[in-house]
Order: sequence, then structure tokens, then C-alpha cells
Amino acid sequence: MDMFRILVVDDEVDFLDTIVNRLQKRKLNAAGVASGEEAIALLKEQLFDVIILDIKMPGGIDGIEALREIKKIQPLVEVILLTGHASVETSIEGMRLGAFDYCLKPIKFEDLLQKMVSAFEKKSTHDKKITDAKIKELVRYPGRVFDQD
Amino acid sequence: MGLYKRKTIYINLHRTIIIIILLVAIIPLVFLGETIYYRFARTYEEKIEDQIKYRARSQADAMEVFLRERTAILATIVDTHTFDYIKQQENLSRIFKVISRRTEGLIDLGVIDSAGQHLAYAGPYNLKGLNYFRQAWFGEVISKGKHISDVYMGYRQLPHFIIAVRGYSNGQSWILRATVDSDIFNKLVRTAQTGRSGDAYIINKNGVYQTAPRFSGKILDKSNLTLTLFGEGTTVAEKIEANGQTKHVAGTWLKNNQWLLVITQDVADEKGGLLTTRNTEIIIIVFGCLAIIITTFFAMRIIFRKLEEADRGISELNEQLIQSDKMAALGKMAAGIAHEINNPLAIIGEKAGWMRDLLFDEEFQESENFKEYEKSIDKIEEHVERARKTTHNMLGFARRMEHRLDDVDINNVLNQTIELLQNYAQTNNIAIQKDLHPDLPIIASDQSQLQQVFLNLINNAIDAIQKDGLIEVKSQQDDSQIVISIKDNGRGIPEEHRKKVFDPFFTTKETGKGTGLGLSVSYSIIEKLGGNITFESNKLEGTVFNVNLPIVTPERK
Repeated sequence: MDMFRILVVDDEVDFLDTIVNRLQKRKLNAAGVASGEEAIALLKEQLFDVIILDIKMPGGIDGIEALREIKKIQPLVEVILLTGHASVETSIEGMRLGAFDYCLKPIKFEDLLQKMVSAFEKKSTHDKKITDAKIKELVRYPGRVFDQD
Repeated sequence: MGLYKRKTIYINLHRTIIIIILLVAIIPLVFLGETIYYRFARTYEEKIEDQIKYRARSQADAMEVFLRERTAILATIVDTHTFDYIKQQENLSRIFKVISRRTEGLIDLGVIDSAGQHLAYAGPYNLKGLNYFRQAWFGEVISKGKHISDVYMGYRQLPHFIIAVRGYSNGQSWILRATVDSDIFNKLVRTAQTGRSGDAYIINKNGVYQTAPRFSGKILDKSNLTLTLFGEGTTVAEKIEANGQTKHVAGTWLKNNQWLLVITQDVADEKGGLLTTRNTEIIIIVFGCLAIIITTFFAMRIIFRKLEEADRGISELNEQLIQSDKMAALGKMAAGIAHEINNPLAIIGEKAGWMRDLLFDEEFQESENFKEYEKSIDKIEEHVERARKTTHNMLGFARRMEHRLDDVDINNVLNQTIELLQNYAQTNNIAIQKDLHPDLPIIASDQSQLQQVFLNLINNAIDAIQKDGLIEVKSQQDDSQIVISIKDNGRGIPEEHRKKVFDPFFTTKETGKGTGLGLSVSYSIIEKLGGNITFESNKLEGTVFNVNLPIVTPERK
């Protein structure tokens, strides 16, 4: 599997650090930020494949709001919502906004890894479809290659 | 309100209602009975009066005819015979014989000259030669031409009365006189006596009996009737006797208002029918009232028993409501606690995981306590897992306790739920096919709880298929309920598990993958919303879960 880029967003710094450490220990490309605002700022500069996003982050924008912004900046990124505060309404709202999955803390690390892999696979398939489409387009209209971004 | 207080209120209410019903039912009944009786009595009395009046009138007519006929016979004889002829004894005897043969009621016949001398006589008494000049009736006949006397004793010392007609021949007045048979006359009057107490008699205008009354008195006695009561034609009066009995008295004047025919009838005797009717009516009313009273008492007893039962039901319901309020509060608290614990628990879990990660670094592997560390970390993780299950169950419980009614579009909820699980299903190459009834009614239900139920059922369907399959989600309307079916083409539920699928903590999933609460929570949610969940399962075709929800129309806001 290719190295995929993971961003963990959680205001609980102890949790954030540990998760990032454990991911990095597994040679995964993981980064962590402690607020929605930081995440949005980072996403504007850097591409990610999978984001682990906490919903309840007192003090700043909450996870659902962050998710909305994230999907505007990088529509293809897959977001797994992870929270200690479960409510059916927020989970539905999250899924509606395009989250890949919704998990309740605490979650077994293995399960979380599994979900990340599924999310990444989905994104890869999606990416591949887009790439294929682009190639088809190129083959059909070779002259248009520069029109695409 | 206390049960005791309620009971007192019921007893008072019970009493009030019974009194009102009895008054409302019995008063009109008695009033109606009284009115009907009064009307009936009036009609009956009028009829009795009419009857006695009619009898008096017709009897008087009969008496008049009797007297007129006898007078006519005498007048005919006077007009067809000369005085010289008729004063001969043998001639008079012959005429009397003829009359006696042809008509009854005349006892004798006599011829009297203008000086009052009885010249000829035919009859049982020896009256020939008597002079009537000084008798009151003699002058009357001479002056008026005819006369019917009152009853008197006369020479023969027996009660009788006479009819006399004046003749005129050769410039001389003379008189033909006959005595009326008192027996026959009396008999004729008595034909009007009816029943055990009815009487009929004649009195003259001085109140003297002209015929013998049936009771109280003899002929020629003085009657105690007040004659001024009786006017023209026929008059009916009521008379109270000395013994307290009331009588109807009908009187008709006859013989040029000289005589009064009186018919009396005991009122009690006549009203026998009326009394029977009144007694029957009283019995009917009494029974009617009894029936009303009994029915009212029984009906009230039944109604109040039902009310008390309903009350008990309500107070049970109240207790349930209080209970569920308690549970809801408990649920909220549980959710709060679970949330607060979840975060530290996650950190502990991750820290332990991190320690395990580090433990496999080379420098630690050589440590003599390596095994001990590893075991401790295992234990930490095991107990985090235990705590996790607890908090997650608490959250499930909390969610089950929240219960509020929204306007729910079932198709909408299904669409959202399917959307939620679409990714997960797709990753396992499972297609979700929808067949939703286009115009399901909006119902009053709990949207988020329904979502949880559908989420559970579809999740289970995905788990049952595992990989590559089809889930069909269908909604339809069936009479008064909405039926949602979720069908998978998985391996079905084994026979031995079918009875236990809704049991709490029953799961076939690997330990840690399922709490065994999904279906039992779903079941209790749907039951609370007034519906039910059923399922059919088959090894070859898979399983279908049917959720039946009642169509509860939302209240307009």
C-alpha cells in the first residue's frame, strides 16, 4: 500500500499525540492539529487522504462545521468522525455532509486502522476513476490537455 | 389526587346523579299518570252524567206517553158518546169492559155530572152515588177540560191517581173519570231503576212521592229533595246522603211541570270501572318507578365500577409515565457520564497501545520484565474494552429513553439511513435496492429512534451478507399501518437462534463486534412507538425484518 496522508484533529492533546505517534510508529504519514481552525489552515496548504475528526471541540469551531469547510477545500478527502459524544442527529448530519464513517470513542486502534484503510481504498478508487477519465479525455481530445488543471 | 378523596367525590357524584335521574324520570311519570287519570275521570264522569240524563229523559218521555195515551182514550170516549148514553150503568160497564180488554192500567171508570154526582161507575169499588163537587180536581176539570191528579188516598183509602176529561152535551158539562192502576204505573217507573243502588220514582212539585221509591220512603211521604235544583228539561245534580255516599240525581219535569221524574244512582257504584282503572294505573306507575329505580341503581353501579377501573388504568399509566420520566432523566445522566468517561478512556486505551508499540522496540525486548509489561498492557486494554462496552451500552440506553414525537416521513428516514450506510455497503460490494411507496402519510413518531432502528436492521443485513449481495428496503401502506421490510439475501438465521434474536445481549458476532443490544433496543423502541417487529428467515433466501408502525396522524400545530 502506498503511503497515505493522515490528519488527526482533536482538542484532547493527550489523545491526539498518542494517536499520531502510534500512526507514525507504523511508518504512516500522519500529522495532528488540536483545533478545527488549524486543520482548515493546514488543508489549504497540504493534501491529505484521510482525516480523523473529533466532533466536540470546545473553544473553536466544532467538528461538523470543520467538516463542512474541509469538504469545500478538499472535496475528495475522506473524513472519519470520531467522538466521545454520540448523538444520532450529529451522526446523520455528518454522514450527510459526506463523512466516510462515524465512530464512538474509545475505539480499538486496529478497528480505526481498518476504517482508515477502507476510507483510503475508497478514495484511491475514486482518484483512479478521475485519472482514468482524464486520460480518456486526453486520448479523445489531445489538444485539450492544457485546458485541464 | 388521593384515591380516598377521589372515592368520596365518586360517592357524592353517584348520589347526585341517582337523585337527578330519579327526579327526572319519576316526576314526569307521576305527572303523566295523574294527568291521564284526571282526563279519563273527567270523560268518564261526563259519560256517566250523560247516561243518567239520557235515562231520565227517555223514562220521562215514556211516562208522558203513558199518561197521554190514557187521556186520549178517555177523550175519545167523551167525544163519541152522549152524556145520556154514557150515564146508563150498563153502557158504561160495556165501554169499560172494552177498554180493559184493549189497554191496561185503568182500574175503573166513572161518569160524574156537573153537580159532582157520581152517576155511573164501572170497577171494583162501590163508588156510585158519591159526590165529588168539593174535591179540588172537580173544579179543575170543569174549568180546564182535563185533569190528571196527584196520587191521593181518596174514599178507597189506597194510593191512586185519576185522569178526568170533561164532556159537553145538551148545554151541560159532565166528566168521565178513570183511576190509574198504581201497581202498573209504579212498575213502569221502576223499569228505570238500575244496578244495586239505582232508584227511579216520581214526586210532585211539593216533594211528595207519587210512586214508591226503592229506598228510604213510602208513597205519599215527603221527599227531602230540594226541588228548586231542577230546572227546565233534564237536570243532573250530586247529592250527598246522610251516610256519606254521593249520588247522582237526574230529574225531568213531566205532566206540565206537575211531576218530577227522579233517577238516582250511587256514584261509587257507577265509578267502579274508574276505580279499577285508577288502581291499575297506580300499579303500573309503581312498577315503572321500581323499574326505573332498580335500573338506575344497577346502571350507576356498573358505570362507576367502569370509571374506577378507568381511574386505576389512568393512575397505572401515570405511574408508567413517571417511571419513564425517571428513566429518561436517568438516561440523560447516563449519557452525560458516558460522554465524560469516553474521552479519558480513549486516552488510556491509546496510551496503553502506545506503550505496547514501544514495548516491541529492541531495547525493551531484552528487559527481564518484558512479559510482565506486556501482560499489564493486555490487562489495561482488556479493561478499557470492558469500560467501553459499558459506556456504549449506557449511550444506547440513553438514546432509548429519549422519546419525542416529530412529523416523520418514513421514506425520508429510510433514505437518510441508507445514505448513511451506502459507503459501508459498497465497500463490501452490497447493493441496497429501494422500493418505497410514493405517498406514505406523514406520521407522528420519533425520527431519531426510527433512524436508529433502521440503522440497526440494515447494519445487521450487511453483516448477514458479509460480502457480495443485495439488500431490499421496501415501504408500503397496509390499512392502518406502515410496513417497512428490510430483506437481505444472506445466510438466514439458524433455527436455534430464532427465538433469541430480540433478547438483550444475544449476539452471534465475534466478541467485541456486537453488544447484542441492537435488535432488543430496536424492538423496544418500535414497541414504544406502538408498532412491532417481525421477521422471517430462511437458509436459502435470507432474512426479512418487517417493522409495522401505526399510522398516527400528527396533531396540527
